[in-house]
Amino acid sequence: MPLSKADFAAVLLTLELASLTTLLLLLIGTPIAWWLARTQSKWKSPIGAIVALPLVLPPTVIGFYLLLSMGPHGVIGQLSQSLGLGTLTFTFTGLLIGSVFYSLPFVVQPLQNAFEALGRRPLEAAATLRAGPWDAFFTVVLPLAKPGFITAAILGFAHTVGEFGVVLMIGGNIPGKTQVASVQIYNHVEAMQYAQAHWLAGGMLVFSFIVLLALYSGRSSKRVWQ
Amino acid sequence: MIWPFSRRRAAAQRVSAPGTIQARFKVEHAGFNLDVELNLPGQGVSALFGHSGSGKTSCLRCFAGLDQPSAGYLQVNGELWQDSAQGIFLPAHQRAVGYVFQDTNLFAHLTVRRNLQYGLRRIPASERRIALEQAVALLGIEHLLERLPDTLSGGEQQRVGIARALLTSPRLLLLDEPLAALDLKRKQEVLPYLERLHRELAIPIIYVSHSPDEVARLADHLVLLEAGHVSASGPLKETLLRADLPLVFEDDAEAVVDGVVTAHDHAYGLLCLQLAGSQIDLRLPHGPLPLGQSVRIKIKARDVSLSLQQAEGSSVLNLLPAQVLNWINIAEQAHVLVRVQVGSEQLIARITRYSFDKLGIYAQQPLWVQVKSVSLLAPG
Repeated sequence: MPLSKADFAAVLLTLELASLTTLLLLLIGTPIAWWLARTQSKWKSPIGAIVALPLVLPPTVIGFYLLLSMGPHGVIGQLSQSLGLGTLTFTFTGLLIGSVFYSLPFVVQPLQNAFEALGRRPLEAAATLRAGPWDAFFTVVLPLAKPGFITAAILGFAHTVGEFGVVLMIGGNIPGKTQVASVQIYNHVEAMQYAQAHWLAGGMLVFSFIVLLALYSGRSSKRVWQ
Repeated sequence: MIWPFSRRRAAAQRVSAPGTIQARFKVEHAGFNLDVELNLPGQGVSALFGHSGSGKTSCLRCFAGLDQPSAGYLQVNGELWQDSAQGIFLPAHQRAVGYVFQDTNLFAHLTVRRNLQYGLRRIPASERRIALEQAVALLGIEHLLERLPDTLSGGEQQRVGIARALLTSPRLLLLDEPLAALDLKRKQEVLPYLERLHRELAIPIIYVSHSPDEVARLADHLVLLEAGHVSASGPLKETLLRADLPLVFEDDAEAVVDGVVTAHDHAYGLLCLQLAGSQIDLRLPHGPLPLGQSVRIKIKARDVSLSLQQAEGSSVLNLLPAQVLNWINIAEQAHVLVRVQVGSEQLIARITRYSFDKLGIYAQQPLWVQVKSVSLLAPG
């Protein structure tokens, strides 16, 4: 048996974390991307820069500040304590919050590009055909921006799977709770269990390749509607 | 088939005088000001004519509610859609307009049928005055229903766009240069359908164009826009002939007159017309048309010359008795535009200032006009 029970738990936890993160990011990222794509506010650039920060910051930096803010004296920590949730460090919820920050630009930017490419015109057509703004968003924008949503979901998911530094800073290494695949690989290497590390690392390599392959072949093939 | 908007029915229902469309829009963009006040007839085709940058499309977008002017007022046949003084502004999706975009703007992810249904489904059933099948037949797009927009030609897309707008049962139909993006062949394909709209529907239409031919062919009312301002507005024929506006179509000043087909000379391939409301005949090379059919023709000022006597031995087909009304010098040019009355219609002649002086033109002067060329615009 190449994968131990702990390895399986780590893989499952990783998939769970990535799925939930992607779902949350699509919900949070869509309005942010919509606003960034349409606004002429002077806040567009600063907000856009903040969203993009995780692209350039070392994950340990994000993890460090998240650790502080989730701690008993941090903003998030005080909020979660007042809600009776205790502190979120070293919990799955904490990991989820960290992942959302960490993968935010990978979801917002493809969506923003898709919305910008769409322009105002389909919305104007919808308006002259009596569709209100929400109606037009769901019946025109969503279907027309579908490739953007697919790209955003795949990138958000894959990037969360590959998360390591943030997890280590705020989640630690608790089996079944916060121990994800990337951390588990690190554990195996530390313990000189190279064979087991290979199985996990190789699996992630294949996974990542397949994801990117799907993404690129989806892009190059002619878009088929419906 | 009886179209739901057929004029006959609408006229029967309309007890009071036909309504009006009143609009006032003031838009200030960086480097562009639109400041227009319009009083348009509540039916028929009103053309907004002007060069690019004159504000035609901006004006149309205000009608649709796509742009919100800093100050504005819009009343369409008794319905108030906008009045900035009262803080009233109906957004686009709450206005009963149909908008035909220059580049069609069909939804790429929906079939033609679903595009057509998009607006139709958003209208309460009680307000629907046209069925899908009727709009489809009117625009001749039965065979396209299951296709996706990007598999259609430009002309087909434009017809679908028009049908889609009609299916919202609009109380005002706005067309933004629907033919501008089409080549000549496609234009010829779509124009008959636009004329059909004009003939068969009782909805007022505002038609934006920079093509004199389209305007002459389709419009009843003409609005000239220049740099965001209205330079003239009035019934088509009168406005085309207004002597203070010789530059309506610049060098292409022209008159539009209506006539009725009276005969066809098969031996020479000539169509004979009688000018509306008079006994004056015109002939032009054209295939046969049904006798009694009314037609609209265009006569360019440069194709009209004046002579004091009824010239004999001329190759010019049409020699008509006329009376001088007035004239205008085209600034610093060698030409004069002279407006003449022919029967109950009016023509413009573009003659040199030299000839003008030589003939000693004066108001009310009786003379003869020679019309070198007449073009048939459309069955009117």
